[in-house]
Amino acid sequence: MTRISSAFSTPALVCFITAGDGDTAANLDALVEGGADVIELGMPFTDPMADGPAIQEANLRSLAKGTTTADIFAMAAAFRARHPNTPLVLMGYANPMVRRGPQWFADQCEAAGVDGVICVDIPPEEDAALGPALRAKGISPIRLATPTTDAKRLPKVLEGSGGFLYYVSVAGITGKQQAAQTSIEDAVAKLKAATDLPVAVGFGVRTPEQAAAIAKVADGVVVGSALVELVAQHGAAAPAALRKFTSALAQAVHNARQG
Amino acid sequence: MTQMKNSFRTMPDENGHFGDYGGRYVAETLMPLVLDLEREYRAAQADPAFKAQFDDLLEHYVGRPSPLYFAERLTEALGGAQVWFKRDELNHTGAHKINNCIGQILLAMRMGKTRIIAETGAGQHGVATATVCARFGLPCVIYMGATDVARQAPNVFRMKLLGAEVVPVTSGAATLKDAMNEGLRDWVANVHDTFYIIGTAAGPHPYPELVRDFQSVIGKEARAQMLSRTGRLPDVLVAAIGGGSNALGLFHPFLDDPDVKMLGVEAAGYGLDGDQHAASLLGGFPGVLHGNKTYLLQDEDGQITEGHSISAGLDYPGIGPEHAWLKDMGRVEYTAVTDDEALDAFQLLCRTEGIIPALEPSHAIAAVAKIAKTMPDDAIILANLCGRGDKDIFTVAEKLGVEM
Repeated sequence: MTRISSAFSTPALVCFITAGDGDTAANLDALVEGGADVIELGMPFTDPMADGPAIQEANLRSLAKGTTTADIFAMAAAFRARHPNTPLVLMGYANPMVRRGPQWFADQCEAAGVDGVICVDIPPEEDAALGPALRAKGISPIRLATPTTDAKRLPKVLEGSGGFLYYVSVAGITGKQQAAQTSIEDAVAKLKAATDLPVAVGFGVRTPEQAAAIAKVADGVVVGSALVELVAQHGAAAPAALRKFTSALAQAVHNARQG
Repeated sequence: MTQMKNSFRTMPDENGHFGDYGGRYVAETLMPLVLDLEREYRAAQADPAFKAQFDDLLEHYVGRPSPLYFAERLTEALGGAQVWFKRDELNHTGAHKINNCIGQILLAMRMGKTRIIAETGAGQHGVATATVCARFGLPCVIYMGATDVARQAPNVFRMKLLGAEVVPVTSGAATLKDAMNEGLRDWVANVHDTFYIIGTAAGPHPYPELVRDFQSVIGKEARAQMLSRTGRLPDVLVAAIGGGSNALGLFHPFLDDPDVKMLGVEAAGYGLDGDQHAASLLGGFPGVLHGNKTYLLQDEDGQITEGHSISAGLDYPGIGPEHAWLKDMGRVEYTAVTDDEALDAFQLLCRTEGIIPALEPSHAIAAVAKIAKTMPDDAIILANLCGRGDKDIFTVAEKLGVEM
């Protein structure tokens, strides 16, 4: 069992925040204390073209403070030391990941104890740009499936992917509208029939009620923009707000299949 | 057959790569659409009706072929090689951009798409896109950085007259790259009915290839016109490079003519020694942005940096991937000229030839001015005059300290 597969043995809450936006160490600790099962740490990029306003602004706030790639790996390594059992996934865009070569990036991930990497703009067709280097170090390249990924294409998406499958429930950018529950249920059933990887659902999930409904059918629920907005609103007091909200989400996800 | 093996005209490969460059670096939501577009483009290429409609529109709507013009007084003023221009500034809408927009809107309609989006920097591609949307009756949304909306008011009004909705983009630095980000965000949310008309030979495969192909009408015409007028091929081709579509359009049909040299001219802004330039090839490093791998202006962590040029059309931190490959192969030479050099060339052409060029080809003219005098007077330089300068007179007046 890897850290990621263990985390998905029961419905898991996956929490995203942007590295370097606010006190990242304190915010990450708050997510774990609140009950997050998997952490997605966003790597800020100047041109986050798949993200909505909340995460775009978080990226720019972080970069304006001077966050570097080295800082992000230091945050990851420190997290790993404090939380040896919580899976940590880096999420971001290709350019900062491949700037010094895929090998360098994979080495840094390994050294920092990163379990998986989600790269928004490296589809399976461009896997050679990063995938082989990650797999060689035992780091999972986590792929995205979307409403436009049809049955014919799905095997291509699954080939070489690891960790979990991230189902982007709406064709669109992060933090906007949420998909209808029935369409999520249909999609998850099809994905689960095609892979043994856990299936986590994200994009537009903002409330414990939504999270609970998704956790009834999926292996995991990803929440991002709603958490990033709390960081923006609460500044130095963000850890308390994150802990409270994450705790409500975690309860909803963890209890979704009871009763 | 040796010719085939050594051809520079067979790229991209089946995966959309030009050597290490190009590719399809897009979010999964867009991948199926990008693959559809490629299938539809292959079908269009094999369909004589598509080519017939494209050619007909270029002739009767755009006004092609554009003239090939011997610039006699400029040649005299420079002293040296003969300078010839491909007059793409005489096209409808005043630049080469329309060639590509005609091709892409025909593809959009073939695919059954009912809504068009595009990004624009200076507004030339936005105007060309709004023009073809009006011509074919499709709704059109143009994303334009808020900074550029303020700088390019006449083009904003033109787009609105043509029925387009112009959306000012305030995210990031509010310039061309941010407009492109916003275009991609719109596209990913509206894949079912929307076609993205990309303005230059960049973006995910097959855009770099199809934009190049639509723009290659420039070089095909120029090659035939030059042979018919002079009985020979030019010695050097010169074109300005932002994303690189006018240059590729001119260069591509000549790539396998070994005696024809080619010079791509990037914008050096205030100079290549600082960071206020837009020379991705000469001052950048390979990376991934907006769907393709290519040379980018970026820092050591891969964060994209802002370019600067007096010409808003050259002010983009990337470059089409085929140029990246041609640079590495050594087939095309790349140079850069500063804002001031381009401004001098702008005025030189106005006064010697009675042609007001856009600031983009003014960069090419500045490079021509440097090389012409080093060449014998029987040598031929062919430069692409890819846009007219009406849009730039305000910028030029300001630079020259003239109140309008």
